[in-house]
Parts: sequence; C-alpha cells; structure tokens
Amino acid sequence: MKPKSIAVVGAAETTRLGKIPDVSVIGLHADAALNAMKDAGLKPSDIDGVATAGISPVELAHYLGITPTYADGTSVGGCSFMLHVRHAAAAINEGLCKTVLITHGESGRSRVGAGGFGRAPSSLMGQFEMPYGVTSPPTMFTIPVLRYMKTYGVSEADLANVAVIQREWAAKNPRASFKDPITVDDVLNSPMIAWPFRMLMCCLVTDGGGALILTSAERAKDFPQKPVYILGTGESVETPMVSQMEDFTSSKAFRVSGKKAFEESGIKHADVDHLMIYDAFAHLPLYGLEDLGFVKPGEAKDFINERNTAIGGKLPLNTNGGGLSYMHSGMYGMYALQESVRQMRGTAAAQIEGAKISVAHGVGGMFAASGTVIFTNES
Amino acid sequence: MARMLPEPTPETRHFWEGCRDGELRLQRCTDCKHTYFPPRAFCPKCASREVEIYKASGKAILYSYVINHRPRPDMGTEPYAIAVVQLDEGPRMMTNIVGCPQTPEALVLDMPVQVHFAKQTDEISLPLFEPAKG
Repeated sequence: MKPKSIAVVGAAETTRLGKIPDVSVIGLHADAALNAMKDAGLKPSDIDGVATAGISPVELAHYLGITPTYADGTSVGGCSFMLHVRHAAAAINEGLCKTVLITHGESGRSRVGAGGFGRAPSSLMGQFEMPYGVTSPPTMFTIPVLRYMKTYGVSEADLANVAVIQREWAAKNPRASFKDPITVDDVLNSPMIAWPFRMLMCCLVTDGGGALILTSAERAKDFPQKPVYILGTGESVETPMVSQMEDFTSSKAFRVSGKKAFEESGIKHADVDHLMIYDAFAHLPLYGLEDLGFVKPGEAKDFINERNTAIGGKLPLNTNGGGLSYMHSGMYGMYALQESVRQMRGTAAAQIEGAKISVAHGVGGMFAASGTVIFTNES
Repeated sequence: MARMLPEPTPETRHFWEGCRDGELRLQRCTDCKHTYFPPRAFCPKCASREVEIYKASGKAILYSYVINHRPRPDMGTEPYAIAVVQLDEGPRMMTNIVGCPQTPEALVLDMPVQVHFAKQTDEISLPLFEPAKG
C-alpha cells in the first residue's frame, strides 16, 4: 500500500474490560463497534465494509444493520485484526468500499455465548499433537522456549523480568487488570503452569472487545478525531502445529511480516517511538524484538534487562501493560492496535511524549500467523 | 477417562499402521531426497508427488519441551513432559518422554532418545520416546 493513504478515524474498546458476565460474545463486538462509531461520528449506514474474527462478518453485519460491499472473515488467531487492517487498506485504495469497521469481542473469562476450544482428531494437530497431552496455549506456545533459552543463555529470571517491566507500565493504566508492582522473585514463586512457565509469565484471561474504523486519508480530515495514518503493513503464516516451526528460536511469520511492514513504510528501526508486541506469554516480546530486527538474535533479554523497553527507556514496549497485565480476552491483537492508536492520538494512559511512529505486531495461534501495522500521526 | 487418540486419514494411515506394527515410518521424496513429517502425499520442499515410505531408525534427540503441571484429565494426575524430538532423519515431532522422571534434571536438552511404541487400542499405538539405552 501507499504509506499514509489510509487512516484510522474511529477506535474504541468495550465500555468495560475484565469480567463481563452479562454480555455475550456478539454483544461485546457490538458494544465496541458502537463506541468506535460514536468516536468517529458515524452510524451503521455510513459503514460499507466489515471485518472480524471469532464470529463471522455475516453475523457482525446483520447484528449491526450494515449492508457492506466488502467483507473480510480472515481468522488466523489473535493477530487477525492486523491482517484486517492491511486488507481493508488495500480494499479502500482499490475502491471496493470507503469505510471499514473491524471488530473484536471475546468472552474469554465468562464464556457467555462462546464456542469451545478443540481440534478434530483427524486434523494434523489432532493426530500429531493432541495425543501427547497438550491442553491450551500454556502447553503449546511455550514448547519452543527451552531451545531458545539454551541457544542464547536465557534464564528463567530473564523471562520473569519481562512480566515485571510490563507490570510497571500497567501501574500507570487505570483500565489494567493487574496494577500492583511485582518482582522477579514474585514471578518465579508464582504457581507452576508448564515448566519453565509460571503463572505470572502467562497472560490473563478476561472479557472485552475493541473496534477500529478506517477510511481514506483524504476523507479522514473531515472526521472529529485526529487521524492516525497507516505507514506500512505486513502479514504471514507459518504452521498450525508449533512442533513443526522451522526454527524454535525465531518465528518465520514474525520475520516475514515485520520485514514487509518496514519495507512498505520506508522507515528505519531507529524512527520507531513506540512498540506493541503481542505478549500472550513472557517469551513473545523477546522473539518479537529479535524477529522484527530491533536487536540481533539473542540480544533481546539484555535489551529488556537494561530497561530500554521500560518507562523512560528508548523503546517503550507494551505501554498498556500488555496481555500479561492489561487484559487478554483470547485474541489480544485488537488491544495492541488500540494502544498504538491512543499513543498516536496522544490519549494513552502512559502517553509517550512526542511519539510520532508506533508499531503494533501481532501473533496468531502458537507462532502460526503474524501481522504488523505501522502507524504515524503525521500526515 | 480414555486418552485422546488420533483418527488416521488416507494420507496418514501408513504412519499409524507402522506404529501399530512397531515401525516408525517416514516419507522421502524420490526426486529431491527430502525426508518430511507429518505425512502427506507430496514433497513439501519441491512439490513432487513421487514420494516413498521408509522405516526410520527411531533414534532422536530431545529438542525442547515443557512439563505440564495441570494435567489434561485423560493424561492422569501427575505432571508430564510434552516434548519435541528431532529424529536422526531430520524431521521433528511432538511426543512424550517415558521411562524417566518428568523433571528438568532428568530431561536434558539434546540427550539421545529412542522410540517406544505405546499400545492404546488394537489400531493405535503412540510413538513415545525413552532415554536411549547403551
């Protein structure tokens, strides 16, 4: 896409986050969508493109009373919304539609109107992973990490420190689920989930949602909010089975998606003022920093330990507190995008003064897929 | 509770029949010689349909793992390792490591392991791995 040709003109999360036992999955989608339309000063009849994951874009359009000329149901896990942004940008530039609504809603904790988590026993995962006792993401996403730790001399304390620094960010955010400070010892003494992963190295499970509205940069100038322009985007997918990742110390999908987004945007890593890396578990920011090219392979732990990503550091990372402390409904990518938009609007709880470029990088499945969006507030 | 078991498809039946008969079967491309896993009817490297099934050595190294402290109900009540081994022939596969304590001290990355077929039903035996002998 052409940099800055498309802008975010509406962005909002659900009215509440955390425990929402009185709203179903589709209700969370709708709540976020209504908040984003209010933010943009639009009505459903002004929307002519829809995109969502988890539910079908058909359900979304019908529920909200939208008659779209563009529908995207790309569903590759938690980074689906990054891909929706990318596809919507292409669609608007191609003239398929003018204004796209992207929604997320998930009753991760309360499970109201939510589907189950399972794989058919005849699928490849059902045949070649499920029989060995994998349960949910804590026993799958974590499997490559011992190899990464051995290769680069990463300790359990290094993993723990990722969670500690993100909690410092969360402390500045009134909407974060967990705000109390924690230490490396607290993390290492939290209950064992799947060695070497302790509870505080794993993301939250909460309810919530979010929505974005995109249109052309030309039209964006007439909207009530300060436009946030899209500079570059990337996406890729690798494998539905974590055991079949090409390299256990690096995600191919991350590398391909990140490279594409940076090339498209024409920026250098040093230009980035703010970064979001989807942190379902404490190792994700380590892989992300390396695979996106901010540091060399094996250098991420020192980069984090030296507080470069902490408050006051040169590369503020996961400033909402991340999936580890802010919220994580299941498909967290939407919240990473929301925080990038807030930082670019200048409205974040932990606002980075003068930030002009923000990168939001997402993962889907267990290193299965990836999407990257680079934003700027300069037209 | 019965253990969650695979349901073979036409493309994977040879693998599960091999496990039942005590053989770890891999596939190899007869054009580019690439050995691959999981099973499929073509080479994922060069897309050739000219592939053959052969008996693998059953030897591997422990490549990575976690120890699940929240056992799935069909897996019993004790923590167990969910591992990935790298076969001598190249491919990696998920498995469990049996015949040793399920602890970080007993499960050392890169230690040699060998296949052990664990019969579940008349049709399905799972290819588990144990520390290599001798």
